Amino acid sequence: MAIDGPDLTRQSAATLADAISSGEVSAEEVTRAHLDRIDSVDGAVHAFLHVDRDAALATARAVDAKRSSGAALGPLAGVPIAVKDVLTMAGLPTTCGSRVLEGWRPPYDSTVVERLRAADMVILGKTNMDEFAMGSSTEHSAYGPTRNPWDLERIPGGSGGGSAAALAAFEAPLAIGTDTGGSIRQPAAVTGTVGVKPTYGGVSRYGLVALASSLDQAGPCARSVGDSALLHATIAGHDPRDSTSIDAPVPDVVAAAALGDVRGMRIGLVRELSGEGYQSGVQQLFQRAVEILTNLGADVVEVGCPNFEYALAAYYLILPSEASSNLARFDGMRYGLRVGDDGQASVEDVMSLTREQGFGAEVKRRIMLGTYALSSGYYDAYYGQAQKVRTLIARDFANAFEKVDVLVSPTAPTTAFKIGEKVDDPIAMYLNDIATIPVNLAGNCAMSLPIGLALEDGLPVGLQIMAPALADDRLYRVGSALEQALVDAWGHLLIEEVPSL
Amino acid sequence: MTDDYMDFHEALTAFEPVLGLETHVELGTASKMFCSCPTAFGAPANTQVCAVCLGLPGSLPVVNGVAVESTIRMGLALHCDIASWCRFARKNYFYPDMPKDYQVSQYDEPLCTNGYLDVTVATDEGPRNFRVEIERVHMEEDTGKLTHAGGDTGRIHGADYSLVDYNRAGIPLIEIVTKPIVGTGSLAPVVARAYVTELRDLMRSLGVSDVRMEEGSLRCDVNVSLSPAGEPWGTRSETKNVNSLRSVERAVRSEIERQAAVLTEGGRVVQETRHFHEDTGRTTSGRSKEHAEDYRYFPEPDLVPVAPDGAWIERLRSELPEIPSVRRARMQTEWGISDFEMQALVNIDAVELVAGTVAAGVDPSAARKWWTGELARVANERGVDLASLPVTPATIHRIEELIASGALTDSLARRALEGVLAGEGDVDQVVSARGLTLVSDDSSLLAAIDTALAEQPDVAEKIRSGKVQAAGAIVGAVMKATKGQADAAKVRTLLFERLGVAE
Repeated sequence: MAIDGPDLTRQSAATLADAISSGEVSAEEVTRAHLDRIDSVDGAVHAFLHVDRDAALATARAVDAKRSSGAALGPLAGVPIAVKDVLTMAGLPTTCGSRVLEGWRPPYDSTVVERLRAADMVILGKTNMDEFAMGSSTEHSAYGPTRNPWDLERIPGGSGGGSAAALAAFEAPLAIGTDTGGSIRQPAAVTGTVGVKPTYGGVSRYGLVALASSLDQAGPCARSVGDSALLHATIAGHDPRDSTSIDAPVPDVVAAAALGDVRGMRIGLVRELSGEGYQSGVQQLFQRAVEILTNLGADVVEVGCPNFEYALAAYYLILPSEASSNLARFDGMRYGLRVGDDGQASVEDVMSLTREQGFGAEVKRRIMLGTYALSSGYYDAYYGQAQKVRTLIARDFANAFEKVDVLVSPTAPTTAFKIGEKVDDPIAMYLNDIATIPVNLAGNCAMSLPIGLALEDGLPVGLQIMAPALADDRLYRVGSALEQALVDAWGHLLIEEVPSL
Repeated sequence: MTDDYMDFHEALTAFEPVLGLETHVELGTASKMFCSCPTAFGAPANTQVCAVCLGLPGSLPVVNGVAVESTIRMGLALHCDIASWCRFARKNYFYPDMPKDYQVSQYDEPLCTNGYLDVTVATDEGPRNFRVEIERVHMEEDTGKLTHAGGDTGRIHGADYSLVDYNRAGIPLIEIVTKPIVGTGSLAPVVARAYVTELRDLMRSLGVSDVRMEEGSLRCDVNVSLSPAGEPWGTRSETKNVNSLRSVERAVRSEIERQAAVLTEGGRVVQETRHFHEDTGRTTSGRSKEHAEDYRYFPEPDLVPVAPDGAWIERLRSELPEIPSVRRARMQTEWGISDFEMQALVNIDAVELVAGTVAAGVDPSAARKWWTGELARVANERGVDLASLPVTPATIHRIEELIASGALTDSLARRALEGVLAGEGDVDQVVSARGLTLVSDDSSLLAAIDTALAEQPDVAEKIRSGKVQAAGAIVGAVMKATKGQADAAKVRTLLFERLGVAE
């Protein structure tokens, strides 16, 4: 793959890696191009919270030196990447979009960052997010919202709006996101990019600041299915520092993306993830995509997952419960913000004032919900019942995967909404994740990829592919086939249609 | 407010005690419960910490397999059922000694349940056995250690500032919880002590912990309630963090005396935690438990369940060492001593010390003589445990060796031991520093004999005339002159030779 056109920021990660490896361009040139792009557009987009110009250039130069020395380079060596600010990285702050962690510099790298470094990737900086990954619009960041490059008045999705917007604004060819209920996939859908939530345990959570430990999963964000596969293969795999990490070989996602063939595959349409609440443009494009898959030789059937109806309710008990405990450590005692320590105030007062001022409204709402759900006398009715629902949803998936190889649905019920439109209506905000949440509850894997622009508003729509646990390769096989058919029809990836900033 | 106390025996004529003991023991693993930090005691504050035990954002725990194995072995030795599948839970509460503001513990799914431990206590009618039933044995992580500066209570309220050392945070603990212990009557304090002693010995024999009580590696929460005979159980108090065998006994005794006074005066025992004070032997009120704190326990989602394989459990069971009660029975037979004599050793916690001394090569009766005699007396005088004395089985072995070789007499040996007890070094160092060598040079002994004979000519005459019993006075004078560093029998032999008298 040769560089196509003069602009290094418009290239795929695979193209950049090849060009760097062949010496067509230097890693430093590629990095500079992206840093320049960030300088020129991030004032408007606000995808980044921290940019590490010096370290990025130093890494890039090291890659160039490594190449000069004749050493073999990995498949993504020298390729720039943006990392969601919820993963620790020594040398840069990790804020999780919260005031309570403002200025905190972790002394250690998360496993994901460690693997990016080991792959000689160039980390440009850390991306914006809803505070502690709670939200679907990135409006809940304590550092201001990120804007959608397709329309700066609109949200880029959330919580990983920063990572998705960085891709759509050509500030980075790849990014890392995390997905607890849709935070990789929904931003991908509303920004016309690709996002994958790997199988739970597929990518180490070590260094991922926990929102809900049993649901959180880091994954790749990219502008194409093929690039996503390269990043997926780089970060996935067993990590002894994460007990919930799966000690099994990573499915060959790169080969699956290269195969891109759905002939003979059985694809299920989830009956419960359609109809009421789904924007008409979303439904139209989804139906067309299903027709394409049928034309490509897939066997498409409708499948019922009756318990998905209860997924949102169960999710909003399990997530806040775990979050209320995970976020307890932000008490002003050891790191981050400390409020009210005037030499007189008690420990309890300082903890209370720190949390009062350090957390935003959505975080407090979920901490209170979770504290309540775990309380003695309410535990069985809330947390306990929610866990039973979780089992039923996993059973729905298991039943469905007896009949089909993958399931598909729209990723999000609507296209990107306007900034401010839903920020004061938590339930409306929560409904954005209605189609993505079941996968987190069951622990299997899913991908969102762009399938067109909605007729009524010209904004991107995503399709979600769901596969069984440890069958992440199926996502890439189906996603790649669909993407190729769409590119054949359009003559380019959907992201090429994003307005210039 | 000062508490009133009723006389102990009077209290027990009016009420029956119910005990419950929750014992926390630090396991002797090389690394912490959920990370690889070292566990050695006494390191400078906050030097044995990492992202995991500091609870830094993003860090994750990984279970220490040795700690699980130790807990299972402890459970097996206590005749418990071992769970085939169990989980850790989070106990949520805010406190600055907890890096995560929750403690990873076990809640409703403990690893070991339903066991027992038999203990023996001495009574006027001879040794009596009690079976203490075990409710559960579970794993958890320790918290950091707070030191409060300023203020007069040494507690967090009223302190000028507090320092926290997280070296201890994440050290693996096992908690052993008894079922209610009933029917002990006036033996309640000694049963409590015997139970904790037996537990300690069991852990040592299993090698799961060296139980350094002086370092706080065994802490006991002592629950006591009283009720009139035949009535439902009373409200209990929970005396926290009692950390010596003697204190366990005293805490039970004090709570019986205090609660009996409260109840007799028509009062109500408050459900609360209490603090034990070594100096007074009394407890003072702590935190009320009338409105129990809600810890919002839920399964720890960062850890996978612990599911020990049945074959592994059976292997661990088959490899259990001899438990202390069986070992004691064997020792008693080997040493040829009575129940009463064995119980005396148990009471002063001397069984393992004697066993160690015998193992070092000392005759059992000599070993017992040293530990139950001179050493027990000194330990008692100093108010410490025998094991805390600066004397080891090796000390006794060396002394016995020197006696056997004739280098020391019994009296010199006692003076050597005295030096060791005074911290003057080991036996050989004391012998050399104090000059405790036997005067065995014949010429100097003969010179001393001649001097004594010259000073007591009448005695010399009596001996010459055959009154050999008069020799004692001369031998005594020689011993005095040599500061006891002569072998009296040898002096006697030389004396008769000198006088040409047959013994």
